[in-house]
Amino acid sequence: MELEPSHYPAQRAAGVARACISYRRGGPNRVLTLSNVRRARLQVRGRERGPRGQAVNCTAEVLYHLGSQHSAPEVHFTVEGELGKNPDDADNKFYSRIKSLKEPLVAQNIPDSFGIVPPEMEPIRHLAFSACDYIIWQNSTENTWYNLAQIQDVRQVKRNDDYLEFDYTVLLHDFVSQEIIPWQMQVLWHPQHGVKVTQNSRQPK
Amino acid sequence: MNKVYFFFLNRDQVLRIRASSDDQIDKLQLLETLEHLQLDFWLHPSNPALPVDIRVPFGSLQAVRAFLGYHDIEYSILIEDVQVILNEEKQEMISNQRRERSNSNFNYGAYHSLDAIYKAIDDLAAEYHGLVSKLQIGESYEKRPLYVLKFSTGGPDRPAIWLDAGIHAREWVTQATALWTAQKIASEYGNDPSITSLLDTMDIFLLVVTNPDGYVYSHAKNRMWRKTRSKAAGSLCVGVDPNRNWDAGFGGPGSSDQRCSDSYHGPHANSEVEVKSIVDFIKKHGNIKAFLTIHSYSQLLMYPYGYKCTEPADYRELDTVGKAAANALTSLHGTSFKVGTICSTIYQASGGSIDWSYDFGIKYSFAFELRDTGRYGFLLPADQIIPTAEETWLGLKSIMEHVRDHPY
Repeated sequence: MELEPSHYPAQRAAGVARACISYRRGGPNRVLTLSNVRRARLQVRGRERGPRGQAVNCTAEVLYHLGSQHSAPEVHFTVEGELGKNPDDADNKFYSRIKSLKEPLVAQNIPDSFGIVPPEMEPIRHLAFSACDYIIWQNSTENTWYNLAQIQDVRQVKRNDDYLEFDYTVLLHDFVSQEIIPWQMQVLWHPQHGVKVTQNSRQPK
Repeated sequence: MNKVYFFFLNRDQVLRIRASSDDQIDKLQLLETLEHLQLDFWLHPSNPALPVDIRVPFGSLQAVRAFLGYHDIEYSILIEDVQVILNEEKQEMISNQRRERSNSNFNYGAYHSLDAIYKAIDDLAAEYHGLVSKLQIGESYEKRPLYVLKFSTGGPDRPAIWLDAGIHAREWVTQATALWTAQKIASEYGNDPSITSLLDTMDIFLLVVTNPDGYVYSHAKNRMWRKTRSKAAGSLCVGVDPNRNWDAGFGGPGSSDQRCSDSYHGPHANSEVEVKSIVDFIKKHGNIKAFLTIHSYSQLLMYPYGYKCTEPADYRELDTVGKAAANALTSLHGTSFKVGTICSTIYQASGGSIDWSYDFGIKYSFAFELRDTGRYGFLLPADQIIPTAEETWLGLKSIMEHVRDHPY
């Protein structure tokens, strides 16, 4: 069945595909945003977030599992013109900066009420987008449409190994129900090894 | 940075320094103590995660660069020539002052408190008193006045266009856009032929803050608040979704009967005084020809229906008008909007305002969802307010012109 690309069923499924593909490519500077749904079955055109904003063509198939037990939608995808997985300069700079902090990083309300993000918090935000992509993918159904609304709280957890670890509490906005859902997630990141959500849980409102 | 200097500067530079260790921070703190260099720290050295910005007088540049080089401290030139920037800033201030007559030093490109918005409304009505008047159509649950701006060049019972914003508290770009739009309409009369001809035959009513209680709450307590602030006996949760509370498929799919839900429809249609005040006003007026409501976010322009997934009788015309408006909007900054019925574009949702207005007989019923598509969502940065308002204006104007040219 062909879907009308501009109608919401195609848009929602595209959102799920975007989240899944984006998470798998994982990194603060390599988050995908959705530019356009051309054909739904689904062919999704993504654009890399950030000033370099490379356009990438993706073809994805999204399978929602129906039934009483929720399980994550399956996404089978191919990406044209895949960029290398090598960490870029910005990733490395961010990594060094955080590694050299004396005190673990702590921050709240990113962006703030007025939409402001301090420049040095941008990578923290991009990391959150990347990690949220996993949560969005895992928790999406045909009746949800999630976006990261705000980082309520982020705390760095110091580690002895090479990874950076952050404990985030984020607010997800579900456009369909209009609910704001607090979600806790433990996020590991390394420029070479990518993003991993090791633990996550929905929080009470 | 809002620094303005009123003494002569000769090619000072602003350096941005990136310390890579606490040791380097110590060195920069030492630099701060060297008063003879007359350094002006815009961002002070505190921890290596944050940049240090210093305005360095021309005469100290060589010494500072030598110091940074000796200690291997990385830096870049943020502002090559401060004097040039200051000249530009001063120019901007002067031209701002020329543009802002009377008391309107009001910054339309910022988010304001309810009090500040209400003051701006008063100032606008005073400045354009021949054209603009302020009406109170009711009071919110917490007894705040609901103010509508009326744009009219006279004549009783003229056909009119209704515009509202901020029915959902957290959608801050909408109240800001509405205020800018009010100023725009007022200043365009007599200058823009299209708006002038429109206001010569029709009136415009603009409700800038439809949900003042929610708006205040989103400033004071919870930025993500959506609903009204009405309380019900026996419930811990507060508020009703005012855009599920209209008498159009009330209580149907796409609205919740749970008090704590963000899409709770309320105990019955028009239970919310904010909604009832508008309904009463429109019924009493009797000659409203268009009902336009502004929301955020998602970049959509929608027409009925939301409560049912069937097309309205005027589907073809509404779709054509919608698409023309979206094209006009996109033409300014390239912001793309999708056009369609509520039900097919976002979701089935019962009790919505434009469904009520359409079924009441107001053919030209449209809902805008402004910027963006989720990157900032409700937290749209203030520097996007004016571009959003400017592009939305083109969309609104396009619809209003069609309404003017197609009386019914």
